[in-house]
Amino acid sequence: MKNRWVLFVPLAIMGLLFGAFIYRLMTPPDTLIQSQWIDKPMPLFDLPPATAGVAGLKSSQLADGRPRLVNVFASWCIPCRAEAPQLEALKAAGVPIDGIAIRDRPEDVAMFLREYGNPFDRIGADMQSSVQIALGSSGVPETFLIDGKGIIREQIQGVILADQVPEIVAKLEAMK
Amino acid sequence: MSGLPNSIRFPAKAGIQSVVTLALVLAAPLAIPATAQDRLPPAPYAYQQLKDPAQEARAKALMEELRCLVCQGQSIADSDAPLAGDMRHEVRSKIAAGESPAEIKTWLVARYGNWVSYDPPFDGATALLWLGPLLFLALGGWLAFGRFRRGANDDEGGEA
Amino acid sequence: MIAELGLALLWIAAALACLSLVAGTLFLRGGSKDLAALVRPASVAQGVLTAAAFGLLIALFVRSDMSVELVARNSNSLKPMIFKVAGTWGNHEGSMLLWLMILSLSGGLIAIFEKRLREDTLVATLAAQAALSLGFFAFLLFSSNPFKRLPVAPPDGQGLNPLLQDIGLAFHPPTLYVGYVGLSVAFSFAVGALITREIGPAFARAMRPWVLGSWIFLTLGITAGSYWAYYELGWGGWWFWDPVENVSLIPWLAGAALLHSVAVTATRNALRAWTVMLAVIGFSMSMVGTFIVRSGLLTSVHSFAVDPERGTFLLALMAIYIGGALTLFALRAGSVAEGKKFALLSREGSLVINNLLLTTILALVLLGTLYPIVAEAMGEKISVGPPYYNKVAGPLALILCLVMVAGPLLSWRKDDGKRLWSRLPLAIFAGAVVLFGLVLFGGKVGILPLLGMTVAGVVAVASLAPLWGRNLRRTPLPTWGMVTAHFGVAVCLAGMGAESAFIKERLVAAAPGDVVKVGDFAVKFVGVKPVAGPNYTAIEGTLVATTSSGGSFTMRPEARTFPGLMGTAPTETNEAALLTRPGGQLYAVLGQPVTSDDGSADRYQIRLWWKPLVWWIWLGGALIAVGASLSLLGRAQLLNIWRARRSRKSQERFAP
Repeated sequence: MKNRWVLFVPLAIMGLLFGAFIYRLMTPPDTLIQSQWIDKPMPLFDLPPATAGVAGLKSSQLADGRPRLVNVFASWCIPCRAEAPQLEALKAAGVPIDGIAIRDRPEDVAMFLREYGNPFDRIGADMQSSVQIALGSSGVPETFLIDGKGIIREQIQGVILADQVPEIVAKLEAMK
Repeated sequence: MSGLPNSIRFPAKAGIQSVVTLALVLAAPLAIPATAQDRLPPAPYAYQQLKDPAQEARAKALMEELRCLVCQGQSIADSDAPLAGDMRHEVRSKIAAGESPAEIKTWLVARYGNWVSYDPPFDGATALLWLGPLLFLALGGWLAFGRFRRGANDDEGGEA
Repeated sequence: MIAELGLALLWIAAALACLSLVAGTLFLRGGSKDLAALVRPASVAQGVLTAAAFGLLIALFVRSDMSVELVARNSNSLKPMIFKVAGTWGNHEGSMLLWLMILSLSGGLIAIFEKRLREDTLVATLAAQAALSLGFFAFLLFSSNPFKRLPVAPPDGQGLNPLLQDIGLAFHPPTLYVGYVGLSVAFSFAVGALITREIGPAFARAMRPWVLGSWIFLTLGITAGSYWAYYELGWGGWWFWDPVENVSLIPWLAGAALLHSVAVTATRNALRAWTVMLAVIGFSMSMVGTFIVRSGLLTSVHSFAVDPERGTFLLALMAIYIGGALTLFALRAGSVAEGKKFALLSREGSLVINNLLLTTILALVLLGTLYPIVAEAMGEKISVGPPYYNKVAGPLALILCLVMVAGPLLSWRKDDGKRLWSRLPLAIFAGAVVLFGLVLFGGKVGILPLLGMTVAGVVAVASLAPLWGRNLRRTPLPTWGMVTAHFGVAVCLAGMGAESAFIKERLVAAAPGDVVKVGDFAVKFVGVKPVAGPNYTAIEGTLVATTSSGGSFTMRPEARTFPGLMGTAPTETNEAALLTRPGGQLYAVLGQPVTSDDGSADRYQIRLWWKPLVWWIWLGGALIAVGASLSLLGRAQLLNIWRARRSRKSQERFAP
């Protein structure tokens, strides 16, 4: 028969399929959606204060020459509580940190700050996640490293772990 | 592997979707939504239609094409997750402000990548996805039609 | 004791599978006839013992024996009895045992009932079935033992998840499983026939009822699953092109292609190699689907703990079975004659096009489902969803339906275009009426729904054409089956088209007394009241829908809150209220309370949809299943067997 090779086509397709399966079993899916808005200027926004006694946040304030962190958090987010000590450590290391509180009520933010400390210079209230969406952020907590010109340089998804703290300090130092 | 704190970063009220999709094949142990929920009311346009039916229809079509970032298995049009509600608000507000669906999609893709759209673009990485079925059909058609009896006089000689 | 007995039965059944395999192989290699005689009884005994083991597992769940790890993890003594029973297969180990039981029982049933095949082909088939079950026995016994005891029994079990306590969810998986695993029989028949090279009408006729039977269960499973998602999700969607849905659709498509190609092989002794390959593909796709879901390969990562060991085990099993069968196919199919030739314009020709389109759709669904993995390997994260499938599969499905119009009207071997054309005017007229009606009065209708409804009109009329001018009492059951199933496709298609084209949506924040217009209904929001269920609390809304013709209907959607279990947050679900009318369904969901500007919370989010003809989708699915059942009744010749038995009995009665 002339077209004998055709009979091996199903086997070959199966082989490709199994290749994909093996690849996936060896490299488990990365379910985090990284922001693509990296090395781009901070989107324009002007957020009101999230709670009394702490200033709100404007995007223009983020380009004052000092590299900094913008922490996207929420009082109702349980992992954010676990992140508080690391943010305190960063602040102690001299890193300026601004916060964006997602879908939060002023009294809840105040309670959160009382309980877990306030490392933030300013906290903007993002009531409808619009700044979060403009940043390409897909959850809380997330932290963005901003250089002195207000350009987003890196996104950290999830809780900042204790051993990441010196690394972040060094990176911000390098942006100066 | 993503660390545990990452995987529970956001409340998944949309857990019901996983239950359903699951049900379609097998029942299995489920992750019950495990984190707290925010207590703010939904954004105005999360559960409210635009006044102009034509605008609403455009917004609806776009929302059905955008993937929910939190629940991952649903479009933002059928998700109860707060972030999906906020994204619906974003889409409807922009449509109401006169932006076209294509502009809004470009805006979102610039932030979340092509992942956010259920309608993948045609590019190097997706060429096989779009052309694969056509190739398959062409190859199959070529094989099948080669075997039809040619001409009316050809009798049942295929038994060989 | 029950658990130990169950485990022992499993081991004995596994040994019997081993016996069938070894005896069958030796016989086929020229061993003595006595070896062949062993295979049938061993297959039957294996089926009975595995079923008994599954029965014992159910008994453990019914008795809430918490000393068994599986029961302790997945059940609770306070669960209603029905959910205790359903809990048996609502977990990994139990569902694998169910899978294995169906596999073994199928082998037993072939051994008992199959009388038409040559002895060596039957032995080869049973040996193949035994080989399949042996792998899954190994999987169960070595990596997923359902009967494992705990060193210390806990006071009660952990399985109280309220979301899983749903009748639809309890009986949906077993239905699909029967369909999935039923295809294993076709797989084994194909392997058996390849081994003995007996590929012809006898093999096709033996396989046919099994294909039909599994396909009925797959159709029912998918239809029921779609309806379940529709009412349970609270957004009114009936198909999401979700990966988990797709992997249930793929074996269904393979089954649909197979039952059409097997018809050609059985009737005309053509398409032989192709039918064999489809039979292999069908069960392969069942295994691939189960693997994808089981190993947490795609999206459902939130729900499945990925177990690399089990995933690897299943992958290795699949590689052996699928790779082995396809290699055998590649080596043997070349020597299988193609069978009788035919013209393009003939019944066979139309069935070839049907198969080509069905397998293309199958391939594209598989491609779309797995492509995100491929793209990720290339460094891009993408999502493949409804827009892709609608654009690519939609047109193919419509062409497929048009082929379905022509196929049944063509005669075998060769037909002539004019004769076909002469049978179509009424169908074309029906399509034209629908098309013009929609264009003139339908308003703005999308191109795909428009074509869908038009094609549905053509198919609805044309599908009945094989009955015209026939004596209906003498029309064979399989013809009735075909007509019913094809008509069902038209009904389903019309439902899909009408729902997508004419759906009306209203999202409002309503205060008691407010009236909302949707479709032809004026819906009055009367108010809400709290209600308590067995394991939840709920806010129940009362809506009164009135039609312009004066009909009045009360709808009661609920927003339920299930308390958090063991420290987890409460779970909220929406119970939609459905009002079924001849023209469609009104779908109502009660959402969150809305705080007014003055701080009072008397308004509620209400979502209302008028979904024209939506229930035709599932009616169509049911008709397809009914049609396949009629066909099965005709093909399996159960009626004939029953009649023969009765006449034999009556003869015996009158015998001296």
